[in-house]
Amino acid sequence: MTAPLLEVSDLVLRFGDTEAVRGVSFAMGRERLGIVGESGSGKSLTGRAILRLLPSGATLQATRLAFAGADLLAATEREMRALRGRRMALVLQDPRFSLNPLMSVGRQIAEAYRAHGRASMREARAQALAMLEAVRIREPQRVHDLYPHQISGGMGQRVMIAMMLAGDPDLLIADEPTSALDVTVRVQVLAVLDEQASRRDMGLILISHDLDLVASFCDRVLVMERGRIVESCAAAALDQAQHPYTRRLLASRPLLAAS
Amino acid sequence: MIEARTLTARFGATTVVDAVSFSVAAGEAFGIVGESGSGKSTLLRVIAGLHEAWSGALLLEGAPQGRRRSHRGRVQMVFQDPYGSLHPRHTVDRALAEPLAIHHVGDAPGRIAAALHAVGLDAAHRFRYPYQLSGGQRQRVAIARALILEPALLLLDEPTAALDVSVQAEIIALLQRLRRERQLSYVLVSHNLAVVAQLCERVAVMREGRFIEELAVGDLRAGSAHDPYTLELLRASAGFRRAARRV
Repeated sequence: MTAPLLEVSDLVLRFGDTEAVRGVSFAMGRERLGIVGESGSGKSLTGRAILRLLPSGATLQATRLAFAGADLLAATEREMRALRGRRMALVLQDPRFSLNPLMSVGRQIAEAYRAHGRASMREARAQALAMLEAVRIREPQRVHDLYPHQISGGMGQRVMIAMMLAGDPDLLIADEPTSALDVTVRVQVLAVLDEQASRRDMGLILISHDLDLVASFCDRVLVMERGRIVESCAAAALDQAQHPYTRRLLASRPLLAAS
Repeated sequence: MIEARTLTARFGATTVVDAVSFSVAAGEAFGIVGESGSGKSTLLRVIAGLHEAWSGALLLEGAPQGRRRSHRGRVQMVFQDPYGSLHPRHTVDRALAEPLAIHHVGDAPGRIAAALHAVGLDAAHRFRYPYQLSGGQRQRVAIARALILEPALLLLDEPTAALDVSVQAEIIALLQRLRRERQLSYVLVSHNLAVVAQLCERVAVMREGRFIEELAVGDLRAGSAHDPYTLELLRASAGFRRAARRV
């Protein structure tokens, strides 16, 4: 039997005396796992803890944190750097803050390629163009030379995804990847994520406050409240969730369709 | 309550609101939905008197409005971000006292207490600073500030977009109750169709500065829109659908 893609046991994150994440455990394979919760539930910190990218002042403790069988707690910073990007990648909410404003988007993707392997400038450029096409950007030749301020939010987020896929990771962690986008653009970006996850057989963690989004996109959902996982269920069964907090979240959603 | 005829607003040479006409009856709630850049927030700012480069006609309670507004507190606005719209170094008390002082309204302590009570806050919150309040409490303070001059019309610009879903539900319930109790009229701008459907009777869909469709909220809920863009918005709002997922 092979080890699961990701194992997290009893993860605790502290800021001084405050526990922001209090004993989170889960395991996942090459599936789409959603983590939902409100502000302060610890969902984003959990995502970052997997990459060991934590804000200063945070201390991490766990009985096990393993990626494809490799112990992340024992990994040196150098080993972690080798994993980040190449095996595990992170997409954040707002491309305006995660792209380099002084470099054309094509060069940023090419740079990501060169960071992860020995590619010539020419090969990297060809790869960047191929990636732009893969994330469904029309006219990749033209967009390749644009700077982040010249492209829309939806395009920026697709560029981010292209960059994160450059290392061909096994696990992609997307933290509110569509929250800054308009609804019609949101579905396009999700379609790109979905297509790439299927094609590359990646594991995907989608962190979001949006229950409907997670329920419709993921296979399985973890509901977090105040640093704990209070419920874990199949995404399709989220509307039959039992925990009072999940029920309250479900009841809070403004509904569009006539009931 | 309010009537706009071929209202047009510009930023320099760019037309962001393009000949929009609508009217809102007293006590009615009118929603405007659209995506980024559709001009919905600028339209609201024109009504509030915060954007001066506009043309067309705007009538408030039958009175034509000039470039500078003289509605004397009959129209008040609530902004999206309660973090940005409250002065960080003013207490709640001071934030609420300011409009009263500007409009020379007496009995400030009594009115402030009443406004806080109306939005579900109590005396304990009165001398706190914004950073000592949660996001939902801050938005309640912003609503209290808008109500303190007893306006007839509230302009709501994405009032719940920055809030968690459970807090959003509380603020929606608060806005529903206040409208009922005070016969207020609302113009609500939002990208969220479900929020608009909860609060309004009538909805306009805005795109590239124009109203492309206006419909009753029942039709919006039933999905019986005609314009292809409205239908696309409705589909997109229903969540992600894996149309052609390969197995």
